Amino acid sequence: MIEKEYKTITSVTGPLLVVSGVKGVKYEELVEVKVPNETRSRFGKVLDVSQDKAVVQMFDPTSGVSTEGTKASFLGETLKLGVSTDMLGRVFTGAGAPADGGPELVPEKRLDIAGYPMNPYSREYPNDFIQTGISSIDVMNTLVRGQKLPIFSGSGLPHAKLAAQIARQAKVKSGGNFAMIFATLGVTFEEADYFRTQFKEAGSLERSILFINTASDPVVERIATPRMALTAAEYLAFEKDMHVLVIMTDMTNYCEALREVSSARKEVPGRRGYPGYLYTDLSTLYERAGRIRGKQGTITQLPILSMPDDDKTHPVPDLTGYITEGQFIVSRDLYRKGVFPPVDVQNSLSRLWAAGVGEGKTREDHGPLKDQLFSSYASGKEARDLAVVLGESSLDESDRAHMRFAEAFEKEFISQGEFEERPVEESLDIGWRLLTMLPKQSLKRVKSELVDKYMPKNIEGHDK
Amino acid sequence: MNETANKQQTNSTEGQIVRVTGPLVQANGMSDAKMYEVVKVSSENLLGEVIELNGDIASIQVYEDTAGIGPGDTVTRTGKTMSAELGPGLLESIYDGIQRPLRLIEEASGSYYIKRGIEADAVDKEKKWDFKPLVKEGQSVEAGDILGEVPETSLISHKVMVPPYLSGKIKTIKSGQMTVNDTVAVLVDKDGNEKNVTMLQHWPIRTPRLTKGKIFPSEPLLTGGRSIDTFFPIAKGGAGCIPGSFGTGKTVTQQSVAKYCNAEVIVYVGCGERGNEMTEVLSEFPHLIDPNSGQPLMKRTILIANTSNMPVAAREASVYTGITIAEFYRDMGYNVALMADSTSRWAEAMREVSGRLEEMPGEEGYPAYLTSRTAEFYERAGIVNTLGADDRVGSLTVIGAVSPPGGDFSEPVSQATLRVTKTFWALDASLAYKKHFPSINWLSSYSLYVDNFMNYWRDEIAPDYAEVRQKAMDLLQQESKLMEIVRLVGMESLSNHDKLVLEVARLIREDFLFQNAFDPDDAYMPIKNQYGLLKSILYFYEAMNEVALDNIDFNSFKNIPSISEVTALKNKKDATEADYEKFREKIKQEVNGLLSNQEV
Repeated sequence: MIEKEYKTITSVTGPLLVVSGVKGVKYEELVEVKVPNETRSRFGKVLDVSQDKAVVQMFDPTSGVSTEGTKASFLGETLKLGVSTDMLGRVFTGAGAPADGGPELVPEKRLDIAGYPMNPYSREYPNDFIQTGISSIDVMNTLVRGQKLPIFSGSGLPHAKLAAQIARQAKVKSGGNFAMIFATLGVTFEEADYFRTQFKEAGSLERSILFINTASDPVVERIATPRMALTAAEYLAFEKDMHVLVIMTDMTNYCEALREVSSARKEVPGRRGYPGYLYTDLSTLYERAGRIRGKQGTITQLPILSMPDDDKTHPVPDLTGYITEGQFIVSRDLYRKGVFPPVDVQNSLSRLWAAGVGEGKTREDHGPLKDQLFSSYASGKEARDLAVVLGESSLDESDRAHMRFAEAFEKEFISQGEFEERPVEESLDIGWRLLTMLPKQSLKRVKSELVDKYMPKNIEGHDK
Repeated sequence: MNETANKQQTNSTEGQIVRVTGPLVQANGMSDAKMYEVVKVSSENLLGEVIELNGDIASIQVYEDTAGIGPGDTVTRTGKTMSAELGPGLLESIYDGIQRPLRLIEEASGSYYIKRGIEADAVDKEKKWDFKPLVKEGQSVEAGDILGEVPETSLISHKVMVPPYLSGKIKTIKSGQMTVNDTVAVLVDKDGNEKNVTMLQHWPIRTPRLTKGKIFPSEPLLTGGRSIDTFFPIAKGGAGCIPGSFGTGKTVTQQSVAKYCNAEVIVYVGCGERGNEMTEVLSEFPHLIDPNSGQPLMKRTILIANTSNMPVAAREASVYTGITIAEFYRDMGYNVALMADSTSRWAEAMREVSGRLEEMPGEEGYPAYLTSRTAEFYERAGIVNTLGADDRVGSLTVIGAVSPPGGDFSEPVSQATLRVTKTFWALDASLAYKKHFPSINWLSSYSLYVDNFMNYWRDEIAPDYAEVRQKAMDLLQQESKLMEIVRLVGMESLSNHDKLVLEVARLIREDFLFQNAFDPDDAYMPIKNQYGLLKSILYFYEAMNEVALDNIDFNSFKNIPSISEVTALKNKKDATEADYEKFREKIKQEVNGLLSNQEV
């Protein structure tokens, strides 16, 4: 392929360059931009191409790019990432270059970072229970292998600790080769470093690949970073039979980078200035999780995003929720009460829980017990709200029992230590123990056989 | 590749690309192109469709990824409009948005990813079907008449029809093992021309298939879902919508309707949704048994899967592909139900292409034709007299999910849909939050078909069905008003009658409306049992109203055994009318017992 080099850059707007007089340029083609007196080239890709004009979206900053003297070459291929198993244990920049002072990678192959849509027919339904050792997740909103389950958080909440705890403790009964890929998108140095330290202390650094794009790195680079991470994940999962957990933080920064490019292109904006194709764009990331028929490996995604003003209807959490298979919501209320991990169990949801629980996976009573805990906790919270308005004396006996249950549920079930790992059986038993606080006839979601089998008979300390 | 050779071949069927932006490609030299004509883009033969013509420049939406395509590449016209291929073998298939079987894509590409430029026949051309003729030589037939049938699956007999626009005398008719391309009959039309008829038809996806006219719907589509069948029913041939923010159970509701409804053929369009959801249907339906026929559900199902990460233009086409296939089975005289999950993604695909065309946007960037396209789509639902001389009737029910951003129903897609659908299942995030499923809000949902069903209910289920239903809805309405009072001043201030309303409404909510779609025993309840159960629950209200309410300690009523036995009554699978009668008798005794205790 002959390289086509042009000096005809006619305009620079934000992250976009317009190159005119071009010929034979292809859509999505990689562009190398050489600024005079700079040794390192900058890169971008073609966003729009008409007969003699190409609009190029840069991954690197455009500061210092001039319309005179700057050269653009069209490389005839799309943006690729060199992959190999040597990536494990390494740290890369958001653009995929080594950032740990180590040697350049010798790639086994080079893969297009945009990836291809997975054929739904070739997929296999995720159904391996992942034990995270966290009761509010394992029992109430079960995570399974191959699922994409984001953490919705807000500023000042401990989502990083929660993600790190999940990453540390995640286990599957059937075992298998495990790897972790971690991508930061425009977060602070401290947050990025927190994860690095956590992985190091847990001894899992050599099983991890880190892509670090911090707040001081180029904004538009963030558009490529998650794709790099997922390309590496696909390689490890489907070619090297590994179970890969991908953590990406913070997706809100990714979406804002996308918004910047869209606004530079003067596109008709959708809600809150985000482009109309935000849903489609996010789906090309999130849908790269899953299992494939006949392959050993899996990709489980745990993206983290912060909800501006804790607003779940903000476009970023909203569109994410429409694509992912549920969400963990970090609750500010619980956090203020000193509950850790402050998982808002009611608002959180795992769509695939049914595939991961039950006899042979966790325990036969898991499904009904979960339903009962949800229902009783909801009644308890309602009673608590009522008590605030009317006073506790206006509640009947059953309401008061539910209210006490809700308190205990938060303190004993949801709350656990940052380093406490509870096997799922233990979490289930705590659930049963708490249910003894309630009148038996209110337990509508569990069949009486299960009550007889699992509910402890005489518990001290509860007045029921 | 071979550019000079390509240039020499250039003739009026070829144009050249002048611009590429996302899924939209513009090409010149296309003055002969027609609107909605199918074109092949570049040497990779990507499938596209002409959506705008301007001088000799055609705008083309491309159904595959356009990376690597650029100005100068060729565009080849095919002369055909975007059509669905219709014939035996559609059932049990899973297609992408432009009707390529996903299984064949996997085989042809040898990959678990969807690669580009793969051509795959929608209907297997090799497979032999056992054709049984139903007409004789010399007989006159018109368009839509059934020439014969083949057993397509163990459940559905595929009727081979005379294609639209064709009629005449049968010259020859065959029988036995044949492929879809074999001539099954030769017709002589009125001008004496011989026409070969095969089992295969093609129909442009954006045009409704022809019928002899619509009929007013009068029968409900039964789904086994209590809140749907009893409270907010949809007609066979009706149109309904399920809007709800994420996590409210749109897909679960759609899937349970697809599983249990009494339509004979189901077309499920996964439009811009999750890949795993389609995989779930694919892995579950072959094992699930249809309660109406006793056969695996897959035998009556066709899946269209254009997931969110698959090309956006094909997503736009997927709902049309689905509804054309559905109409084809309707024309055979079947009751067909189409689920589209989600029409918001379809609208977004329209918005994306419209934006690239630089059209003037309407509300929230959606094109101005959003409402008319939505209306046209839902209007393809209906119960119809099909073509053909035998007065067949077929129905097509369309149920569309809507995913309003932020759960806000005032957004354009929800509003456009509400204007044309008559059943509205409003999924409520606060119910989902309480894990009350299906989270169909009983106050804001509606069905405008209720009046159509009065005769059906009276004749087929019970004379007082409509009253029982109305009574239950009244109680729920009263409950919501009373709850406002309770929230302000507490339970104690209520009269015993008000407390009774709350208690019975609670039973309706928890034991009737709540239904576990994941529990196979609970997910489907025949309509007669729904009636029996609801009537029994309401009997608490009636029985209590017959006694002197104010003399009773209300808590003792709450503790009568039959209240906690409602759940058992619900779970009793083979409950008969006598069981419900017995239960009501028991309520009566216990309530009367309360009174005598009081007097002692």
